[in-house]
Amino acid sequence: MNRWLWIVLIALGLAAPYVLYPVFVMKLLCFALFACAFNLLLGYTGLLSFGHAAFFGGAAYVCGHALKVWGLPTELGILLGAAVGGLLGLVFGSLAIRRQGIYFAMITLALAQIVYFVALKSPFTGGEDGLQGIPRGKLFGVIDLEDSLNMYYFVLAIFLAGFWLIDRIVDSPFGQVLKAIRENEPRALSLGYDVSRFKLAAFVMSATLSGLAGATKAVVFQFASLTDVHWATSGEVILMTLLGGLGTILGPMVGAFTVVSLHSKLSAIGSWVTVIIGITFIVCVLLFRRGFVGELQHLLRGQFGAEPGKPQAGGKPVAVAQPGSGGKH
Amino acid sequence: MKNSTLALAVAAALSAGTAQAQISGDVVKIGVLTDMSGVYAALSGQGSVIAAQMAIEDFGGKVLGKPIQLVSADHQNKADIGSATAREWIDQQGVDMITDLVTSSVGIAVQRLASAKGVITMNTSAGSTALTNAECTELGIHYAYDTYALAVGTANPIIQSGGKKWFFITADYTFGHSLESNAADVVKANGGQVVGGVRHPFPNNDFSSYLLQAQGSGADVIGLANAGQDFTNAVKQAGEFGIGRGKQQLVGLLVFSSDVKSLGLKAAEGLQFTDSWYWDMNDETRAFAQRFFERAKAMPTSPQAAVYSSVTQYLKAVEAAGTDNGKAVRAKLGEMVMNDVYHKNAKLRPDGRVMHDMYLMKVKSPQESKSEWDLLKIVDTIPAEKAFLPLEKSQCPLVKKQ
Repeated sequence: MNRWLWIVLIALGLAAPYVLYPVFVMKLLCFALFACAFNLLLGYTGLLSFGHAAFFGGAAYVCGHALKVWGLPTELGILLGAAVGGLLGLVFGSLAIRRQGIYFAMITLALAQIVYFVALKSPFTGGEDGLQGIPRGKLFGVIDLEDSLNMYYFVLAIFLAGFWLIDRIVDSPFGQVLKAIRENEPRALSLGYDVSRFKLAAFVMSATLSGLAGATKAVVFQFASLTDVHWATSGEVILMTLLGGLGTILGPMVGAFTVVSLHSKLSAIGSWVTVIIGITFIVCVLLFRRGFVGELQHLLRGQFGAEPGKPQAGGKPVAVAQPGSGGKH
Repeated sequence: MKNSTLALAVAAALSAGTAQAQISGDVVKIGVLTDMSGVYAALSGQGSVIAAQMAIEDFGGKVLGKPIQLVSADHQNKADIGSATAREWIDQQGVDMITDLVTSSVGIAVQRLASAKGVITMNTSAGSTALTNAECTELGIHYAYDTYALAVGTANPIIQSGGKKWFFITADYTFGHSLESNAADVVKANGGQVVGGVRHPFPNNDFSSYLLQAQGSGADVIGLANAGQDFTNAVKQAGEFGIGRGKQQLVGLLVFSSDVKSLGLKAAEGLQFTDSWYWDMNDETRAFAQRFFERAKAMPTSPQAAVYSSVTQYLKAVEAAGTDNGKAVRAKLGEMVMNDVYHKNAKLRPDGRVMHDMYLMKVKSPQESKSEWDLLKIVDTIPAEKAFLPLEKSQCPLVKKQ
């Protein structure tokens, strides 16, 4: 990503808690990281997972349990959560990548429902009550995270690190192969790439980063609940990615900000939020199919950076001819 | 510069000694956090907001010369939404007290959070005894009823009249578990027997499989350890299976007048349950209910009356303490004897339990009922000491310290 964009992003991140409510911005960042991680899979590899809530929520529970019951330090708890997300991703991925399109999505959904059921019934998750009272603890044993601002900058650092990693992955030779798989899987195969292995690697990375987001959210809210592992969260992250712009680096972040802000600002009208977000989505699909960021990029530069893939019902992306435009620097 | 002037002004005010109020943000903010659209909306919801508004108006809209403001929000019965809202209220809006808090999982989450941030919670609508036991906090108050009181009040007379074998249909979250275990204790202590039980998701619409299981269990009594629409759905569906008409008895362990209204007297006739308040108890309650009815188009339920009472008593305590500081107000509440339309001579215990009488109610038959809202009659009064878990049995760590 452009250096100037990084500077703007970091500057905004540093200034945000002085303008907005820190806990709200932390929520934005957690969901933005979640959506970016999801985009790594859908936007850059062309795999539509419908089970990402399992990584997000599973990591939240494990991190919460580790901090509350085992008394692990905060940073280790979050890393453990991310690791569990990755492990779940390995299991999900190795089963799901054997199938394509809608079957891939259905397998991930089914596995995520199993995780949901486990979360509902296990004693350590607290069932319907959720895992409450997770201590925020002290970062490296020194910095008190009960303080909103300390917590905020910790979350910002996690987000930037995760985001940087995703940016690096996308721009690396590995990322190029992923895009090749997205555009034309048989061709990538015929070029000698072990497509399944690449897909699995992308799946595990996406799951790990989703886990990182989930574990961080659990620490921010001191809470892990069934909402985190519910299939609706899997649906929400797809919505965020599509709204913002599939396959763009900034898109999912913008999408996550939009959806989370809508939820929070419109919470007073209750279940109508879903209707409003649904309408937003329909308008988005009808008028700017590339998502907010995708459309903006399209307007500004015609073809800029990665071309948004447009998966159709079967999950198979439409092969967009874009010789030589896939990569940069 | 500005700060030092302010500091001087404060110092001057303090040295003046008299009732110069210590009110954070120059306003006393009360939050009603409740279920506005879900299964518990009828028993608390918008009615609780109206009750809180009435309490503020009746108090004169001001305490210690500062205005009183009301905020409200829908927690959708989800603990994560509830605690996030409460956090924002306390951090951003300076809310001083949170009430209603229906749904025990939300109640526990918010009580823990608020107490850590020095804010009082007065839970009028959730039932779990955990609020004043394992989960008790310094500033958390459990105001109206709890599952122990319900179990003792409702199960005792049923066992004495011969219902010895029980089967429970339980809402699968902290409130349901708490109610079931309290009721099972009462059943066993009185020589009864629990022959089985099943747990349903919360909230739930289809109870048929649970009811059939209960019907086939050979139990004398099917205890419904759930509430609100879950309860009314279960009762309606039980009617379709003919449960309750034979020798098997259907018992609601937590019933509110709004549930009876929704079921209709024909379906609910003869149902016995325990509650803390009923609108048609005396002239005072009737007058309050009438005023409430004009605004809400429904008679107040006991949690709604308790919201009115909790706001009133909170404001009285703020006035007496001369501050809205959580700890000072909690200390004052602990000394007060509470008297209002909701309860008489009520006292707050160190574990956060408010002690007042409970009532055993019976649903009237359609013939007995004289008007649309004439639903219940009071069969028995259960004195506070018998209704609630004795303090010495409380598992609240705050009690042991003393």
